[in-house]
Amino acid sequence: MKRVVLVLAFLLAQPLLAANVTPGLSPAAEARYKALIGELRCLVCQNQSLLDSDANLAADLRREVLKLIESGQSDAQIIEFLVARYGDFVLYRPPLKATTVLLWAGPGGLLVVGLLVVGLWSRRRRVVQAPDPEQLAKLRAVAREVQDV
Amino acid sequence: MSSRYAPLAIFVVLIALLAVGLRLNPRLVPSPLVDKPAPAFDLPNLKAPDQRFTQADLLGKISLVNIWASWCVSCRAEHAALAEIARAGRVTVYGINYKDERADALQWLNTLGDPYRANGFDYDGRTGIDWGVYGTPETFLVDKRGIIRYKLVGPISPQVWEEILLPLIGQLEHS
Repeated sequence: MKRVVLVLAFLLAQPLLAANVTPGLSPAAEARYKALIGELRCLVCQNQSLLDSDANLAADLRREVLKLIESGQSDAQIIEFLVARYGDFVLYRPPLKATTVLLWAGPGGLLVVGLLVVGLWSRRRRVVQAPDPEQLAKLRAVAREVQDV
Repeated sequence: MSSRYAPLAIFVVLIALLAVGLRLNPRLVPSPLVDKPAPAFDLPNLKAPDQRFTQADLLGKISLVNIWASWCVSCRAEHAALAEIARAGRVTVYGINYKDERADALQWLNTLGDPYRANGFDYDGRTGIDWGVYGTPETFLVDKRGIIRYKLVGPISPQVWEEILLPLIGQLEHS
């Protein structure tokens, strides 16, 4: 029972996340805000987005994004603002560039290569395992001998 | 027969990749500000709040702009090295006091010594955002025309000074 209460309390507290406090924003702007901070990386806790991170810098950057939205900047302008200062790493999803092609294509590419290798390997094994008739006859003869002993 | 060496070849490639990759610091974020003009700022002077400290003050000399705070342990660790660099006189050392309390910052300078020609007081960290600051201490090498030439994340040390900064400064002095 205590566990149920604790889980419920935790779930109900989600809307109180600092990132979710957006006084005076229109619903459309708030949606933009939430979307943006979900797409931007916290540079301190680098595997969290600005939405999730509790770091001081994340709070500062959320405030900055809010300010930029309120001053009428578009999503593209806000992203450009942050990339100009922090580089591509501030984007939670890395942009597709010459330097990130390996990052994006790598896993899929490796999977295809792996499947190819497995396919070719198993095909070769099947061929190798086709029985040689002469050897088969010899084996049968030996097996019969062994059985008779 | 060549496929017999495929696992060995894959192993060698993997070792090569690991040899490079494991020595890189994944937390280091390269700065897009290198080779661009230092971001404009207008801060009150830490010691004399009625005076302003702006990017224009950086012009005409090679300078280090050190982002620091009294709550930052690594800043304390690098302070001796920074003081030594300031004494050496090859560069002018400026500071931006980042997200700190003025009283604490002044106390810190009184206790440890003040290597800075001037310090800007960036209370809300807004100037830090413009400079792409994500963790103190950070130190920027700025040339005579106010262009950022190098960004160091983490405490400065005699090794960094000799191996990275001095050669760069030598180049900048002749431009």
